[in-house]
Amino acid sequence: MSDLNAVTTAEAPGPAANRPRHGSSPAKPRSLAGDAWLDLRSSKIFWISAALVAVILLMAVWPSLFTSAGPRDCVLANKHAAATSGAPFGYDFQGCNVYAKTIYGARDSLIVGVFATLIAGVVGLLAGLAAGYYGGWLDAVLSRFVDVMLGVPFLLAAIVLAKRLSSDPQSNGIVAVTLTLGLLGWTTSARVMRSAVISAKGQDYVAAARMLGAGAARQMFRHILPNSAGPFLVVLTILLGVNIASEATLSFLGVGLKGDAISWGLAIAEAGPSVRTAAGPLVWPSVFLAVTVLAFIMLGDAVRDAFDPKLR
Amino acid sequence: MNFDPQAPLLQVNDMHVEFRTRDGVARAVNGVNLILRPGETLAVLGESGCGKSVTAQAIMGILDSPPAHVTKGEVLYRGVDLLRLPEDERRSIRANRIAMIFQDALSALNPVYSVGFQIGELFRTHRGASRQEAKRRAVELLDQVRIPAAKSRVDDYPHQFSGGMRQRVMIAMALALDPDVLIADEPTTALDVTVQAQIMGLLAELQRERTMGLMLITHDMGVVADVADTIAVMYAGRVVEYAPVYDIYARPAHPYTKALLESIPRLDFKGRGLNVIGGLPPALTDIPRGCPFHPRCAYARDVCRQDPPPPAYQIASQRIASCHFIREVLGV
Amino acid sequence: MSDVVLEARGLVKHFPITKGVVFRTKAGAVRAVDGVDLQLRRGETLGIVGESGCGKSTLAKMLVGLEKPTSGEIQVRGDDMVRLRGPALRHARRNIQMVMQDPYASLNPRMTVGDIIGEPFAIHPDAVPRQGRERAVRDLLDVVGLNPDHINRYPHQFSGGQRQRIGIARALALRPEIIVCDEPVSALDVSIQAQVINLLERLQRDFGLSYIFIAHDLSVVRHISDRIAVMYLGKVVETGSHVAIYDQPTHPYTQALLSAVPVPDPRLRGHRRHIVLEGDVPSPADPPSGCRFRTRCWKAQPGCAQHEPTLEVRQRSPHPSACHYAETLDLARRY
Repeated sequence: MSDLNAVTTAEAPGPAANRPRHGSSPAKPRSLAGDAWLDLRSSKIFWISAALVAVILLMAVWPSLFTSAGPRDCVLANKHAAATSGAPFGYDFQGCNVYAKTIYGARDSLIVGVFATLIAGVVGLLAGLAAGYYGGWLDAVLSRFVDVMLGVPFLLAAIVLAKRLSSDPQSNGIVAVTLTLGLLGWTTSARVMRSAVISAKGQDYVAAARMLGAGAARQMFRHILPNSAGPFLVVLTILLGVNIASEATLSFLGVGLKGDAISWGLAIAEAGPSVRTAAGPLVWPSVFLAVTVLAFIMLGDAVRDAFDPKLR
Repeated sequence: MNFDPQAPLLQVNDMHVEFRTRDGVARAVNGVNLILRPGETLAVLGESGCGKSVTAQAIMGILDSPPAHVTKGEVLYRGVDLLRLPEDERRSIRANRIAMIFQDALSALNPVYSVGFQIGELFRTHRGASRQEAKRRAVELLDQVRIPAAKSRVDDYPHQFSGGMRQRVMIAMALALDPDVLIADEPTTALDVTVQAQIMGLLAELQRERTMGLMLITHDMGVVADVADTIAVMYAGRVVEYAPVYDIYARPAHPYTKALLESIPRLDFKGRGLNVIGGLPPALTDIPRGCPFHPRCAYARDVCRQDPPPPAYQIASQRIASCHFIREVLGV
Repeated sequence: MSDVVLEARGLVKHFPITKGVVFRTKAGAVRAVDGVDLQLRRGETLGIVGESGCGKSTLAKMLVGLEKPTSGEIQVRGDDMVRLRGPALRHARRNIQMVMQDPYASLNPRMTVGDIIGEPFAIHPDAVPRQGRERAVRDLLDVVGLNPDHINRYPHQFSGGQRQRIGIARALALRPEIIVCDEPVSALDVSIQAQVINLLERLQRDFGLSYIFIAHDLSVVRHISDRIAVMYLGKVVETGSHVAIYDQPTHPYTQALLSAVPVPDPRLRGHRRHIVLEGDVPSPADPPSGCRFRTRCWKAQPGCAQHEPTLEVRQRSPHPSACHYAETLDLARRY
């Protein structure tokens, strides 16, 4: 046993410089959000959708940046006139600049979309959190109610509700449509929240907090909510796109925005009857609408994938 | 295929596997050599992240690539290198000659088919058996792995079996086509100790009956002492000690093996204070230069911190350790 | 009696099995824990062993107040933990804390280590004055062998063993007298287990802690425990000092359990008696009548199905054993 002779060198004495040094060193702090950001940074979908969303938001906040023409500068003589440099999309049947109208339409469309989503988000969050955390009869009642809501045909309910809410002929309908979409749209987010809360509630760290004597509020808002908000936020981004599209649908059907409001849905509705003489006034707002909805949905998707550790 | 009857059943030569991930290249296996003979039980012992499971998966050819890449090495089954075979021939050897069982039997079995169907499928696809014949063979196998009332349980689904019984079903599936080599990756880790004893007993018995080579991958020094003939201790993707079971427990030659044996609580006597291996196993993306164990090693000197890692020294026949200070560790 | 810090009497936990969604009807009950008495003295470690489904984790949860017992009582230093409510209960809970099994699931991934270890102080503001809290958290990190400067890191930046240390620091924060350790090392690697076990032993000496140490690994339990209780299907079947349980077990289940544990010494091959139990643990929803172990017991007689053995000292068992035929059995000849 005393003669020790090397029989095999498991690893040839190779160049040490090959050894990777770019691994994550334990000293570098990296949060979950940091990890997600690393993922997002290399995602094309994220950058494209984020850029689109940024442009659309800019349009809504500062439309004069994109066009010097006003949406109401309509000259009937220009009816269905062809595109010019100041009006690249041409003119509609009232002689309004379609490009300017489309740019200005972003604001009301987004206002309805954002506020309807906020209402749906708050209602959905509270309902989902309460149902998931407390369980029992509260959960049974809320869940069955959500099931019933999801069973109601959305368009039918929206038409009825929007009509009831906008009885004032003077109003532009923004509040009514926002409330309608908000009150009908919270169910999906509530469902998602509820199931996320139920799975977070069963985690050991929630039990650890309970054992230390933490009350319901602390458990819910310090432990459960931060760990279940991810899928919920994603549902909201998707809902935002859906709400913008739904506003257009309602406006097209004549129960949405009206009066002095300018929105894509309204523009599409107005352009409908004369689509055979001039397609532009219908096509351009539709394109903007589709791109906006798509951008929000893609953004939501990309963010969800980045925050989901299971997809890693 | 020209199998060499003189060659060992299974031989792994200088295998290297790396995972190319966003965080860098993780060198999971860095030059592993193993030999398995018929009827032998080779235990591959190590902690999580030491590369033992990756080695087994590379032998089976079931690594996901990417991110995993076998960058170097041979896997010889009776002298034929599996890594260089065309995919279909390799698959045929994998199905007929080398079988594997896993820690988690529930996820290894398909929940929507009865266990009899899943076992029978092997006979139908690989042996061209009829439906009836396949079922008869399935019952036979379930009987061989001591599942009580095999005939009435053959149509049950995986979730209807307890953890231990499921493991038996998986063993039955692995043995269906009479393999020469069985690779068992932590087969009893998820089981209770009395059930573990049943399963290890069953494996030993089946191995004896069939003179199979059994490669047992585990972290449990107790199980190894009970069943292994030869032990390969792995650390940071390398085999640091390779020896017959009696030698390794009586006189470990590598500081890691020695420290590991001294750090485990024993059932057969009670002492106060366990010897501790300080620190953590290295990140595979950043394995220390020189001997990978040197930051945690009581014997480490300057030579251990330099490239390359210590060569594998032959201590006795069938006994190899990779350390500059074998004499000191052995106390020669 | 004053040195008894925890006493449990007749602890029972039945989980109802319900049918139906709206109109729930009780279809039966899983008898997870079915009548357990325990006593824990100051500074000692009581080990509780048993296989999965024996009720040891449910027992732990009841002791720390995570599950409400179906019946029975728990006294912690004279406080009745089952009947106390509100602020009095919260105050009493400070005396008994827990270290959980899974170091990955037991720490909130969105909180910093400082916030995790400081949470006990946020919930019990009178424990440490506000301005002293960061100091206290740093001290705790130091006590469990972590770098106090890592106070602002997140759990995923630590290894499993380090996370378990964080969990231990959190359990220590309120200076409890009792810590319930529920499988504290079973999720850790072998070389890390020893570090955590040694830490637990050092803390016990330094702070005069009493431990209830729950594990399925009998070697670990033997190493750390002064007294041991063996559980099977919701009941304690044998209890005694570590010498009594490991060297002179009298209950057939304890004997089978011990004989099944592999010993890391190949020279003992063939020299140890292996009692291989047949079959699986019966369902706790429908436990066998009489003695619960009789369905797997090689000593079972017809009478075992009728008469349930009580946990008591018997003619051939100098320590309490719940078997009509309790007697010692030599399992291993030592060399």
